[in-house]
Amino acid sequence: MHPSTARSTDSSTSRSAAETPLDTLYQIETPEGIDLSVQVAGPVPRILAYAVDLLYRTLILVILGIALTFAGKAGVGFWLLGSFILEWFYPVFFEMFRGGQTPGKRAFSLAVVNDNLTPISWGASIMRNLLRFADFLPFGYCAGMISMSASRYFQRLGDYAAGTLVVYRQEEAKPVALPQVPPAPPPKGLKLQDQQAIISLTERSTALSKERQQELAEILEPITGHRGEASIRYLHGVGRWLLGTRQKSATGAAADTRDKGVAQ
Amino acid sequence: MKQQDFEERYSPLWARIENYLAGYEKNTIPQTQSSADDSPQQFDLPAAYRDLCQQLAMAKERQYTSYLVTRLNQLVMACHQRVYQQQSVNKNRWLDFIIRGFPCALREQARFVWLACGLFLAPALVMGLGCYWNDALIYAVMSPEQVLQIEAMYDPANRVLGRERGSDSDLLMFGYYIKNNIGIAFRTFASGIVFGLGSIFFLVFNGVFLGAVFGQLTRVGFAVTFYPFVIGHGAFELTAIVFAGAAGLMLGHSLVNPGNISRRAALQQAGRNAMKIMYGTFLMLVIAAFLEAFWSSSTTVSMEVKLAVGALFWLLVISYCVLAGRGTHTDSREVVR
Repeated sequence: MHPSTARSTDSSTSRSAAETPLDTLYQIETPEGIDLSVQVAGPVPRILAYAVDLLYRTLILVILGIALTFAGKAGVGFWLLGSFILEWFYPVFFEMFRGGQTPGKRAFSLAVVNDNLTPISWGASIMRNLLRFADFLPFGYCAGMISMSASRYFQRLGDYAAGTLVVYRQEEAKPVALPQVPPAPPPKGLKLQDQQAIISLTERSTALSKERQQELAEILEPITGHRGEASIRYLHGVGRWLLGTRQKSATGAAADTRDKGVAQ
Repeated sequence: MKQQDFEERYSPLWARIENYLAGYEKNTIPQTQSSADDSPQQFDLPAAYRDLCQQLAMAKERQYTSYLVTRLNQLVMACHQRVYQQQSVNKNRWLDFIIRGFPCALREQARFVWLACGLFLAPALVMGLGCYWNDALIYAVMSPEQVLQIEAMYDPANRVLGRERGSDSDLLMFGYYIKNNIGIAFRTFASGIVFGLGSIFFLVFNGVFLGAVFGQLTRVGFAVTFYPFVIGHGAFELTAIVFAGAAGLMLGHSLVNPGNISRRAALQQAGRNAMKIMYGTFLMLVIAAFLEAFWSSSTTVSMEVKLAVGALFWLLVISYCVLAGRGTHTDSREVVR
């Protein structure tokens, strides 16, 4: 989109102002010269997360109400106090002490972070939750919805003022299991792109169906000269070779190599 | 270097970083080094983080597989969050904020405070005088039932102010004042982001309403009960509403006139300054709710004492805002930031 929307506002980090395609990817460059990237969350998961939080909040208020009916007028006072705290500071509490995730956000693996991707600070958290009221105007979070829809990174008014983002907490990257085939030396003259394609096919051996892999592998039949089952086995072998696995000797040290290759 | 050799060489470091970040109670990653090496005292996170960044850059440059790059990216992100974690607030900073930071912040933004003050007081004065001279004007802003209700609450013929109250209903009213008054202050602030219009609306609206009540009750001769009631907590409550309005106007002003920076940056800057005022406002409103529930409504304290104490509160609040933290101005700016 427009480069000015990605202009840096923080002294410690600068956002890359490069033209980016229309995407939910948010990137910043750290002082160490590393690009960090996260996926920002759109209105729909955020509304759902809000609904979950609303449910919890209502539930707490109802339980509190029932428990405090025995305390008479003082109970009503405490209930009002409780409802005040829940209304304004429920999200602040969880954002500060639960890694930027209210229970609703946790359910949809969302989290609030500062726009330099550091954990949200007190000031920012209180700010964005006080401005909830402005986002609510004129009714039912209309202003917030419009602001989010018009924003490059789905920020509501409170997010703009506090300099925060709602992002997806990424799942931990799990090591991929490589297919158990002996590594095979690749044919000469493989370009980088070809190598990457083969490696990627090898890594996705468990994600793709056997038939589909075979179909893909047979495209290369003129080069590899293999068909059917053998064509996948050959490509997987090349993939493992490209990743660095070698057979130690011709006489079956294969088991050892395999373990080494996969256990990383 | 092939990817697997790369992974093999550096994975002990990655495991150590993961161990360190997870903390020992959650440690599920198999230890690849002797555990003595992993003690937090010896582990230098910034150094490890720099190495990790370099390895991520290498992995990207050499176009290793997406799994590895993703994993390193996540590890770098986790480190980044730890290394650049914001300092938590300590007690001294809070004390310093109350003694110097808040009044200094108010004086720094004096023009917004005065503007908010005018927006609140001018309608209050007009409406107050109007209702004092004209017995019909109050019905322009309130229904007859509301007027009767308010008059009944402060009728000197009543032996008690408002309702007959025990300590439990004091608590009830405390809860009510907290929820209602602080809610109003927060809304006054938050709606300032609509180019200041929301704050202006809330300030004027509250000014009109308050002025009308003052004028009406003075005209019908209930001043003897009403003034002692409001003077005590009013010192904190009315000023706090004005300050919340000023904070809201700051947000609005940053959007209307951002100066040489983008509106987004101006808003964030104004937001940081406005938050300083809002913290203080919140404290003042808690004090106000406490006074309103437990002091102002008290029937055992005589009217003269209430007026005297109320006047003292006003003096206290005004001199606090005007005088506190003067002379240490440059210091406090650094500390509060």
